[in-house]
Amino acid sequence: MRGLSLLLFITVASDATTDLYVTGASVPPELGVSAAPAVTSSVASRYVPEEYGHPGIALARSAEEPAAPSTEDGESSHHHGGGYKIVQWEWSYVQTPYIIASWLLVASVAKILFHFSQRFTTAVPESCMLILLGLVLGAVVLIASKKQPYQLDPGLFFLFLLPTIVGDAGYFMPARLFFDNLGAILMYAVVGTLWNAFCTGFCLYGVKMAGAIDEKVNAGLMEFLLFGALISAVDPVAVIAVFEEVHVNETLFIIVFGESLVNDAVTVVLYKVYISFVEVGPGNVHTADYFKGIASFLIVSIGGTLVGLIFAVILAFVTRFTKKVRIIEPLFVFLLVYLAYLTAELFSLSAILSMTFCGIGCNKYVEANISQKSRTTVKYTMKTLASIAETIIFIFLGISAVDKSKWAWDTGLVVSTLIFILVFRAIGVVGQTWFLNWFRLVPLDKIDQVVMSYGGLRGAVAFALVVLLDKEQVKAKDYFVATTIVVVFFTVMFQGLTIKPLVKWLKVPRSTNRKPTINEEIHERAFDHILTAVEDIAGLNGYHHWRDKWEQFDKNYLSKLLLRKSVYHKSELWEAYQKINIRDAISVIDQGGNVLTSARLSLPSMASRTSFPEVTNVTNYLRENGSGVCLDLQVIDTVPGAKIEEELETHHVLAGNLYKPRKRYQSHYSRHFMTVGEKERQDREIFQRNMRNRLESFKSTRYKRHKKDRSQKKRKGSDAKEQDINDKPRRNVSWQDKDPVVVPVAPEDDKHDPSEPDKDDDVGITFVARKAPETPKERPKSVPAALDVCQSPVAAPPSPTCGEKNLPWKSGVGSLPPCVSVEATKIIPIDLQQAWNQSISSLESLASPPAPPEPQHPRVSALSRLGGPLRTPVNGKSGGGAGSGSNTGSPSSGQFKFPTGKEEEEEGALSQQQQEMQPLMSSLRPPPPPPPPPAAQSAGKRRNPCVYLRSLVTVPPSGAELQSRKPTQL
Amino acid sequence: MGSTNSTLLKIPNVEVLMQETGFSPAHIIRLHDRFKALDKEGRGYLCPQDFGAIKELAMNPIGDRIIGAFFSPGKETVDFHAFVKILAHFRPVDKDRPKEPNSPEPINSRSNKLKFAFQLYDQDKDGKISRDELLKVLRAMLGMQVTEEQLESIADRTIQEADLDRDDAISFEEFRKSLEKVNIDHKMSIRFLR
Repeated sequence: MRGLSLLLFITVASDATTDLYVTGASVPPELGVSAAPAVTSSVASRYVPEEYGHPGIALARSAEEPAAPSTEDGESSHHHGGGYKIVQWEWSYVQTPYIIASWLLVASVAKILFHFSQRFTTAVPESCMLILLGLVLGAVVLIASKKQPYQLDPGLFFLFLLPTIVGDAGYFMPARLFFDNLGAILMYAVVGTLWNAFCTGFCLYGVKMAGAIDEKVNAGLMEFLLFGALISAVDPVAVIAVFEEVHVNETLFIIVFGESLVNDAVTVVLYKVYISFVEVGPGNVHTADYFKGIASFLIVSIGGTLVGLIFAVILAFVTRFTKKVRIIEPLFVFLLVYLAYLTAELFSLSAILSMTFCGIGCNKYVEANISQKSRTTVKYTMKTLASIAETIIFIFLGISAVDKSKWAWDTGLVVSTLIFILVFRAIGVVGQTWFLNWFRLVPLDKIDQVVMSYGGLRGAVAFALVVLLDKEQVKAKDYFVATTIVVVFFTVMFQGLTIKPLVKWLKVPRSTNRKPTINEEIHERAFDHILTAVEDIAGLNGYHHWRDKWEQFDKNYLSKLLLRKSVYHKSELWEAYQKINIRDAISVIDQGGNVLTSARLSLPSMASRTSFPEVTNVTNYLRENGSGVCLDLQVIDTVPGAKIEEELETHHVLAGNLYKPRKRYQSHYSRHFMTVGEKERQDREIFQRNMRNRLESFKSTRYKRHKKDRSQKKRKGSDAKEQDINDKPRRNVSWQDKDPVVVPVAPEDDKHDPSEPDKDDDVGITFVARKAPETPKERPKSVPAALDVCQSPVAAPPSPTCGEKNLPWKSGVGSLPPCVSVEATKIIPIDLQQAWNQSISSLESLASPPAPPEPQHPRVSALSRLGGPLRTPVNGKSGGGAGSGSNTGSPSSGQFKFPTGKEEEEEGALSQQQQEMQPLMSSLRPPPPPPPPPAAQSAGKRRNPCVYLRSLVTVPPSGAELQSRKPTQL
Repeated sequence: MGSTNSTLLKIPNVEVLMQETGFSPAHIIRLHDRFKALDKEGRGYLCPQDFGAIKELAMNPIGDRIIGAFFSPGKETVDFHAFVKILAHFRPVDKDRPKEPNSPEPINSRSNKLKFAFQLYDQDKDGKISRDELLKVLRAMLGMQVTEEQLESIADRTIQEADLDRDDAISFEEFRKSLEKVNIDHKMSIRFLR
């Protein structure tokens, strides 16, 4: 056997996984050697006693009595020399968590390595690789310690690993799809599993009678039936692992996947019934026992489901009241879902069913109740846990297989089991499908049946069950273990490897992973109503009839009980609408920035965009701008409370930035932001944007330093001091202002280039580095352009999304319109939804009586004071004339499609005008002021931009400044 | 079998009806029973009031529109033939049936299903779903859950999304396009026999 494992080991190591071997090998020998002496064969049994034994001993020892003879064995307590040791070796103290953590690390690193080669991972499923890695590790451990201390322990598996996977599967189960196909799922899960179990069991017994199985396999009919029961169930872990990568269409997936979850009840009951039969002996089984078995099945399955649903109700109800303690919302979800599992186990009901239905049942209410952030937390924590549990299961499967002491080989048994499993699965599927197609609206065709037969993967559940067998009662346990391992490996590795080509070859319809449009949302809802009505008229109490009844019940009672009042009154369609809008907003912001950049590339004054951040990080964007100034003129009228100010600002960022791209992407974007007829609103918007840009470019030159200080904590104290000197409140700086400033600085950036890596917020400066130096006169013209280009703050603090990218496990994010970057889509649910709600409501408020020009006056006057008399006319013209703002003031503005041709002309003309004006404006800027204060210079190169900028603009008298700021201090 | 045939014989032109709708004799009998149950006074036709007596339908937000769809314009009654023909829209598409090249498009074809849905929106029968018409349906479906402004923004957005020729309304062609990716055969079918 060692030869076999070594062979495997060598072949694998010489494979693409050579690097894996290195990583793997570095850890396990140490683990194996050090763990071996203290270890019994079971992982769990080792954990429990030692966990409680060690800490106390270790503490006592290190405290005062180093020379005391420790009860500990081995290398960890080698410090018997007496006296105080500066460094102590406390392996026994940290052993258990250390080993666990090391395993997790190995598993995670292995995943990273798998995904280095894209082509490799598309061909080979991850589960295969993990099993291979497990084989390698197992071989290494075996060689190192001459013993196999690690095995997939059933206790560990059923109590910790399986629940994480099932919990994830249940909670994120597409409920509608699941219930749409419930009939088929139940059929396959119950009838199919029973069929497989009995046929396999009886046929194996027949083969044994026929003499094809060795005499040493000491098993009777009951044993074979037991084995048939545990080997016949399709395994959820394996199905998820393999089917996630295959992307078959959703109906096919939900049927196989649902079956693998629901058949747990059948497996559990059959397993228990047979175990008891084996215990009492086949001769003592009475007829009544068979009926008890059937009753037991009903209790186990229905009871498990009920327990799950009860916990779902409790969970949903609890989350109704977590408004004040948002931070523990995710914990409730994990705890109660897990408790549903444990409770079912407690009563020996079907724990998988319980957890699945708890997840399905609570999802709708919990997701509505908990906050957006909690939702994200739940999602990613669940996915992370499930992913790591899956990894560990497969690695352990590989490792366990190496343990030669556990199994005994019989070719006849192995081969006949494999054949029976495949054959009966295929027969079962075809037979049941034929029956089901009588009733199904959408029949399952032959290709579906092939995939379903082939997708009947066995996995860790079967292995854990077979390991659980009692050797005293089931004499042939070792043979069964070996056969199970072979079956699991064959289905996961061979079938897992070949199912993808098979699916491709058969041209199985793939899942599209496309988010519905608002039209689809609305019309599909209408279809549901239509079908219900038609069923009612035709007098059929069909599926839609009952679904409608359920929805009525849900709406009238359940939702009232389980949803927060604020949530209850929200409509699903409205939610869907908002989600779609957010998606579009992201796409527009994300893409709009880039596209505009390319459009403006033609501008001679434009900075090079090559270093423009590829992905606009909207999270940062919003975060940055949370405390920024609010330059929207509309808001000044409303005087919002301090609390919602941040949200409003967020909205204004969105609103402001959405305005322009909408012109370009009219088809993508919602009209309600600006209906064609509402020219007034449009004009005002243009004007406001225009104003805002100008103001900001102006302000930013003055407030540059404070903004920096605000946005980055890494600033040095000297900066802060300087700010104090100037006495400018932080909030006066908007998110936008850093960018406009950054661009004009181009000529100088050579100086501060080296220091840039130090500071997050100035990264943006780099992107002008390649720009040919401009004369100061041209610069003002480039400012507006820069505003558009750098819509996102350049600062990029590590965001959670970075980690999310590495989760191959069901990212669940779905695909978005092609223009949206993955990064952005992941952000939506986190930060934007609320912002978007705000934006919608505020945009609607735009439709309310237009803001008179008065609110602008303070600024305009401040500007005029700043920029001299000539500046005011410019503003007046561009604003009042409904022309393009400085944002559209480039030659590219002609490309924007205005609804009416007239406007287009107008805009073109105005932008022309504007361009003519701009040199004027720039020339209006006061001559370079006195050199910056010495403090600024001593602060280092990094502040060069602002130093330079300050040289462009004279700091106005503080009085004027205050006045200009007034409207923004809300 | 005898009772089946005798029931069938009572229905005039049953062969033609079966030919047109694709319903089996069992379907027809079942629907005929239902028709008679709805037609309480035994007049041989149904009035809108007969439909109104179905209490589940009263809860359906767009129930009245669906009832309206049974009555061709200007008519106050619907006889059994028309009744069955309307219901035939919702028969699942049968894949096995060989397609006769010269036969007319079956009632349960994709585009006929869509047309049925479309006319539920298009109440003034001008071939377009206007903003107002869409708003009315939305209001019925969403009820009191959303404000009027929210309704309007949804409606605007919906039209904007589907409207290809910028006429602020959804024509049938646009309606069809907007649902191109939806499995209509699946979503607009019910099983008639169990």
